[in-house]
Amino acid sequence: MTDISAPQLARRNGKTSLPWISTPLLAAILVFSWHMYVTQSHVSAFIMPAPYAVWKAWLDLLASPRAWGHAETTIYETLVGFLWGLFIGVGLGVLIGRIRWLEMTLNPFIVAIQVVPKVAFVPLFVVWFGFGITSKVIVSAVLAFFPILTNTVLGVKSVESGHRDVMTSLNASRFAVFWRLELPSSLPYILTGMEVGIVLAIIGAIVGEYLGGNSGLGYLLISKMNAFETDGLFAVMIHMTILGFAFYFAVGLLRRLTIPWHQSSGLDLGG
Amino acid sequence: MRAAPELETAGSAAIVLAGVDKWFKTQDEPVHALAPINLSVASGELVVLLGPSGCGKTTILRIVGGLIQPSKGEVRVLGRELWVNGGRKSEAASGLGIVFQDANLFPWLSVEQNIMLPLELKGTPRAERHDRARELIKLVGIAGFEKRWPRELSGGMRQRAAIARALSYDPEVLLMDEPFGALDAMTRDQMNLELQRIWMETGKTILLVTHSINEAVFLADRVVLLSPRPGRIDTVAEVGFERPRSLDVQSAPEFQRIVTTLRHRLVEIS
Repeated sequence: MTDISAPQLARRNGKTSLPWISTPLLAAILVFSWHMYVTQSHVSAFIMPAPYAVWKAWLDLLASPRAWGHAETTIYETLVGFLWGLFIGVGLGVLIGRIRWLEMTLNPFIVAIQVVPKVAFVPLFVVWFGFGITSKVIVSAVLAFFPILTNTVLGVKSVESGHRDVMTSLNASRFAVFWRLELPSSLPYILTGMEVGIVLAIIGAIVGEYLGGNSGLGYLLISKMNAFETDGLFAVMIHMTILGFAFYFAVGLLRRLTIPWHQSSGLDLGG
Repeated sequence: MRAAPELETAGSAAIVLAGVDKWFKTQDEPVHALAPINLSVASGELVVLLGPSGCGKTTILRIVGGLIQPSKGEVRVLGRELWVNGGRKSEAASGLGIVFQDANLFPWLSVEQNIMLPLELKGTPRAERHDRARELIKLVGIAGFEKRWPRELSGGMRQRAAIARALSYDPEVLLMDEPFGALDAMTRDQMNLELQRIWMETGKTILLVTHSINEAVFLADRVVLLSPRPGRIDTVAEVGFERPRSLDVQSAPEFQRIVTTLRHRLVEIS
């Protein structure tokens, strides 16, 4: 049972409150050291801008409608790419996990493509699909697709045989077995794939923007670099980091909402 | 006590196995798991399959449950053939409820939803499902836990929920594969009493597999002892104690006599 005694509870609370103190403290020390380094070493602002300059550049970015437009582009590419990767990854994953000959046929190709650094395809996608949004969406989708696919296959194959026996004994149809057993049973795995996939989708969109086009945070970052605005470059990186966090937490939230029964959701249900 | 019986052809038999034989394919040679088995369980009877590991008792149960196909022979459940032309007949199988050693509740469904799942698959209306679940939760004694996740329940309570799920669509026959094998001794005694009560209240036919001699003799109308390699029926012991039996029946001399005889036979054959 999940009963916990009072001292255990106190200890647990003590542990969980630690990061709330240590994380900001460590971050403050880091920023302070950065500040000290810049002021003491007289390093060029093109190489290493002061924290204050970065902060100002970031506020400028927040105030600029054009920068918001770039952020929107990246968010759009990431989301659409991720969703494509999700649909194709889960769909194909379920088929491969269930159909033995399909798995044996496709596996060598999947392994081969897994091993190739997929960013190498980016120039090719630009050639095929142009400098617009499409090529970035595709890069995003391709990067997000693989972890989702492999985790889905693993999930479908990890369905407990005892659970299958239950469905067999109940004369469940193939669809019922999929909908009531295989899908919910695989969800924790799929969500793990999604957590990896969403981060890769952002990387895909940004790398795609580096290479071509005139929109998106990746494009903005490159143009800051070309203009020697290093503080602005840092500011764009902050934007990208926040974006990454937001997407990652969204998937985490989805995990809590869709699989509250699973240990990984970390809800303390009490006893 | 009598030697391996020939097939009884009683009209009221809930389960009939006639010449059921099972070979398992392996990497090397095929393994003979079951020698031809003839067994018949009367309607409303509680029969326990007892035997050492590898004697094929679980195999028999899974064949009756329609989970594995016999290599030869005939299985009839409530007078209907279970395996026809290599396919499992769902009409015959729908008279069966199975309780496994692991409760096998779906962790993503609440206890109540687990119990209602079979009815949902059969398309029973919502209100009826809820009524039935409430009834069963009371019957198996887990009232107050219906909204919990299975992982929040103790092993004994999970097994009670699994029994409720197997009873939900009111099958005539309950098949139980070492249902209390994973429980501690005290919970196990408790569950044996509860099972006896549930059996008496519902009047189901029960075929139960165990490796505990005490449990077998306490629960059974008839204990069927199996010998291994290949699995075959060795002895059948009739247990005639009055119902409901209390745990004290275990200290009766007659109880001890049956247990001792079975234990000696078990040592000889394994």
